[in-house]
Amino acid sequence: MSTTAGGSTQQESEEQGRRGAFSSRRVFILAAIGSAVGLGNIWRFPYVAYENGGGAFVVPYLVALLTAGIPFLLLDYAIGHRHRGSAPLSFARLRRGTEGLGWWQVGICFLIAIYYAAVIAWALRYTFFSLDEAWGDDPEGFFFGEFLQAGDIRVTADVVPGVLVPLLIVWLAVLAIMALGVQRGIGATSLIFIPVLVLAFTALVVRALFLPGAGEGLDALFTPDWSALGSASVWAAAFGQIFFSLSIGFGIMITYASYVGRREDMIGSGLVVGFSNSGFELLAGIGVFAALGFMAQAGGVGVSEVASDGIGLAFVAFPAIISEAPAGALIGVLFFGSLVIAGITSLVSVIEVVISAVRDKLDTGRLTATLGVVVPAAVLSLVLFSTTSGIYVLDVVDHFVNQYGILVVALISMLVVAWVLRALTGLGDHLNVHGRPRIGAGWRILTSLVAPAGLAVVLFFALRDDLRAPYEDYPDWLLLVFGWLLVVALPLVGFLLARLPWRAGTHLDGAPPGSDPAAPLHATEGGSR
Amino acid sequence: MSTSAIVMMVVSMLVIWGGLALAVVSLLRHGAVEDRVGEPGHRDL
Repeated sequence: MSTTAGGSTQQESEEQGRRGAFSSRRVFILAAIGSAVGLGNIWRFPYVAYENGGGAFVVPYLVALLTAGIPFLLLDYAIGHRHRGSAPLSFARLRRGTEGLGWWQVGICFLIAIYYAAVIAWALRYTFFSLDEAWGDDPEGFFFGEFLQAGDIRVTADVVPGVLVPLLIVWLAVLAIMALGVQRGIGATSLIFIPVLVLAFTALVVRALFLPGAGEGLDALFTPDWSALGSASVWAAAFGQIFFSLSIGFGIMITYASYVGRREDMIGSGLVVGFSNSGFELLAGIGVFAALGFMAQAGGVGVSEVASDGIGLAFVAFPAIISEAPAGALIGVLFFGSLVIAGITSLVSVIEVVISAVRDKLDTGRLTATLGVVVPAAVLSLVLFSTTSGIYVLDVVDHFVNQYGILVVALISMLVVAWVLRALTGLGDHLNVHGRPRIGAGWRILTSLVAPAGLAVVLFFALRDDLRAPYEDYPDWLLLVFGWLLVVALPLVGFLLARLPWRAGTHLDGAPPGSDPAAPLHATEGGSR
Repeated sequence: MSTSAIVMMVVSMLVIWGGLALAVVSLLRHGAVEDRVGEPGHRDL
């Protein structure tokens, strides 16, 4: 579709005004880092590295980052930046029949949001628990018993007020951020939260490094086991860590890239985001294992006996460290405060995927869409995860949405774009107009072959493990309802939503007018942002 | 800490944080080139 440059930029300005936009490249990069750096960077990476070769893990990790993570990140950027839309709209503009992929991604984000908020609420509560070490001598018993009041594995409606109140606070904060819009809400939050997160976590790492036993912890993390490099599961763990950690393949980066000025360098930005995410993971690994080394020495045991990840690391191991360490309250506030900040910036990014899609499809105002998405999400979140059965449902939904939601939709999206639509050349050319270093055949090979192969291997290992034994020995009905049925329902709902009509006048055939990065810059563009 | 652990820690830091520093410098330099050719809408990092 050809239009004059002036007409294009006028349409672009109108579109920016309607959808919202980041005011600068710096804001976009911080928002993208905020999305990528989440709970997984802090509580997942250190243990994955430790379990999969220690210091030797850096080899498959870097290979995965450079051959799959960053190329896939750039693919997401190219789709969103060129087609200037939410995930469903961008896919519809690529080819109408692929819109369902975008809605599938939206569904995944909606599900992630409702349980992710609950973990942030726990961390928020624990920030205050740290001040008086509320867990006493038994952090594990306190967390599962007194705090979560977890009982038998069954779905209940027994509300736990200690979880309900912080969860409500988290959702009110998210509502306020999202209602303010792309720049004043997400952008401003990122501008403040990301520097604060880096400062707080750096302070935590410095404190942890001066604890007795820190050296033993770092020794356990970095001592290389070179034989691990011959294990396929270690390589799968590296690719899995990169995919889960970079927020790629489920609509977030497509959405954020659609809010960036058309003349920005998306390749250079992608490299900064990718290495920032890994840089924070390395920082987290040093801080977490220095603290675990202290805990091991204090207990007179080996690091292997105290090393853990996820909920066990955050809500059992760290409270124990806080109780033992000098100035433990400071460590607690920095650690749980970092979890809250990292969690909030990631949570707003997954919610934005849903809000953006609703706005594009229905042409609603920002506030209407925010209320229409956040309120139902908050209600579901409160109903499911502020009860005594919340942790079981959360664990199952998290496992299945990650393993069979994100991985499958990312793999299919990548294969469709590369092999069915054969859109990689056009997308690469789009990024190259203002991007440096330029990308070419190497990127296309990585995106069409290496990254899908990496995803397929991760998926294979996940499926093999789940078919061998029930996940965490949960009962079959729980795994069926909140696991398998949920991940099967997501694409079905996605392709049903794709059948709904777009708002009148929506451009669907190819990139919209005003998206050409090579077109002259209109004088009003700078002022409009 | 063992020597091998120290070496791998330093290597990890150099590669990952060094990569980040290079990426930031590259983005800044690219931005500076565009600014010199006078593109009013360009925003530097």
